[in-house]
Amino acid sequence: MWDYSEKVKDHFLNPRNVGDMENPDAVGEVGSLACGDALKLMLKIDAGDVISDVKFKTFGCGSAIASASALTEMIKGKTIAEAEKVADSDIAEYLDGLPEQKMHCSVMGREALEAAIANYRGIKLEKAVDEGTIVCKCFGVTDNKIAHEVREHKLTTIEQVTNYCKAGGGCQSCHPQIQAIIDEIWHKEKEKEIIKKAQKPVKKLTNIQKMKLVQETIERDIRPALLADGGDIELIDIDGDRVMVSFRGSCSSCPSSGVTLKSTVEAKLREFVTDTLIVEEVLS
Amino acid sequence: MKVVYADNNATTKVAPEVLEEMLPFFSEYYGNPSSMHIFGGQVAKKIDKARQQVADIIGARPEEILFTSCGTESDNTAILGILRANPGKRHIVTSRVEHPAVYNLCTYLAQNGYHVTELGVDRNGMLNVDELSESVREDTAIVSIMHANNETGVIFPIEEIAGIVKQKGTFLHTDAVQAVGKIPINLAESAIDLLTLSGHKLHAPKGVGALYIRKGTSIAPFIIGGHQEKNRRGGTENVPSIIGLGKACELAKKFMAEEQTRVKQLRDRLESEIVAKAPDAIINGYKSPRLPNTTNISFEYVEGEAILLLLNEKGICASSGSACTSGSLEPSHVLRAMGVPFTAVHGSIRLSLSRYTTTDDVEYMIEHLPPVVRRLREISPYNRDSKFQGHISAGYI
Repeated sequence: MWDYSEKVKDHFLNPRNVGDMENPDAVGEVGSLACGDALKLMLKIDAGDVISDVKFKTFGCGSAIASASALTEMIKGKTIAEAEKVADSDIAEYLDGLPEQKMHCSVMGREALEAAIANYRGIKLEKAVDEGTIVCKCFGVTDNKIAHEVREHKLTTIEQVTNYCKAGGGCQSCHPQIQAIIDEIWHKEKEKEIIKKAQKPVKKLTNIQKMKLVQETIERDIRPALLADGGDIELIDIDGDRVMVSFRGSCSSCPSSGVTLKSTVEAKLREFVTDTLIVEEVLS
Repeated sequence: MKVVYADNNATTKVAPEVLEEMLPFFSEYYGNPSSMHIFGGQVAKKIDKARQQVADIIGARPEEILFTSCGTESDNTAILGILRANPGKRHIVTSRVEHPAVYNLCTYLAQNGYHVTELGVDRNGMLNVDELSESVREDTAIVSIMHANNETGVIFPIEEIAGIVKQKGTFLHTDAVQAVGKIPINLAESAIDLLTLSGHKLHAPKGVGALYIRKGTSIAPFIIGGHQEKNRRGGTENVPSIIGLGKACELAKKFMAEEQTRVKQLRDRLESEIVAKAPDAIINGYKSPRLPNTTNISFEYVEGEAILLLLNEKGICASSGSACTSGSLEPSHVLRAMGVPFTAVHGSIRLSLSRYTTTDDVEYMIEHLPPVVRRLREISPYNRDSKFQGHISAGYI
């Protein structure tokens, strides 16, 4: 049983703006029957570039229908420029969240919107993500698309990649390739970081710099690993070389979180910020 | 709210007679059957009775019945037990449509040095017996083929398969979790060596199962521990559930004829009415022999999870082979193995009845399911005339 929010249920049971539209000014179609979900988005756009009416049709599960319905409510009455800013995470947020495995439903919404806007502007949508080499044959996902999702959502595991773009959700034979893409991206990021550090003259960090670097390191090198185990970490405060953090989720009750604190959190922060840092756990 | 339970291949209601039989064994006759005192010893006698009841429903002898904790444990015990008892043989034959309890175990074994041959099925879900015969080798330790499929209800010709396997001189295990209690099985006149059954599929509680081991079959224990079950499975017996399983088997034997007549008639009416009222549907496995209680219908242009959620609003409990219901993106491996097009796999629904299903229940489903499909088709961008029609196989068999 999926744990859907009340808002998802409401939009699924009472979808807004569903149906066909005569002479739409823009149409965006994504997905296919084979993939298990598809969305057709139709827009009426007035002279001031304002989306005056929206209609959609969806083939898909409960959250796919709810995501499409939510998207139409979000963009109705907005200008094209405003609508363009709607991200997949905004759709999920509007619905009070989606189950992790259903994030691709919100991605489908955003993609249909992009396709419709491109259609309106009369440009053939040639997104870099659709080019490249097909990695996941089951769902026809390219390496560029996977790399895009990995960067955009800071994905670190194959499972997360599957949740966001379906790649790897079928026969699983492409899992090594997906892992390679993930590794390459984060390895490159790390290399950049190291090069940056090597180029940096050794000088004392300002407080602002230190805080920023601590935050970045937690987001990039610490949280993904903890999230993968169902835990999380929050930065509470920084006082000189003392960094105060608090564990969340399964970490907060994990007997080995003390080890994690020293072996992972402190080690990473010393590696990427400055080797004099001391990490302490505080209760919040 | 009204609840119509049509998911009996997932699990069943514990029969009231079964529950009644079990209750004294929680706080009245709670002794350990292994104890020397009569207080415990009397419980051992009741377990013997349950063993006889389980043996009776499949035409076995009581000493051929091993009690386990579930169907999955029985499957693991059978396959791993035979492999460990025959270390020189490292080949396994199975099918592509097995329950995960067998399928995933074989995948694991394939990753750990065993050779596994997976037999495919045709469009009707049927196994090719000649192909099976050809696949058995000198070093085949065990053939594990299910009796009836949990998703489609398709019944394999297990006696014919058993004959072939016996001729080839190896062991046949069959996962008969869905078959026991629904169709007659007589192991006294069969060449099946090992057979799995599960309590909660036949109105006994969850957490109990059994493995039939033909007398004279050498098998290594799966759970190593005490002397229970004649040293074949360590662990104190789950007494109340074993008593319940015995009673449930006795009842199932009594109701077997009803499964073949009344339940089958309900199922037949259900599927023919639904397909008539919601066309562009395929009954999966329709041309093969099937369990009397199961129907698996693929509705084109709509997605299974959405159907289930709307049925849920009407109090109807069903299940789906759609990817979205499983937590993975891979839709039913059974329907895929049958070559059901992706387009139809996503919109597949399984309805499975039981002896507690009433005519009213069936009429209620006939009334409410077709409008659910129509409603979703109205919001679907696909239909019979859509440009994607090319790769949809329309119509039902």
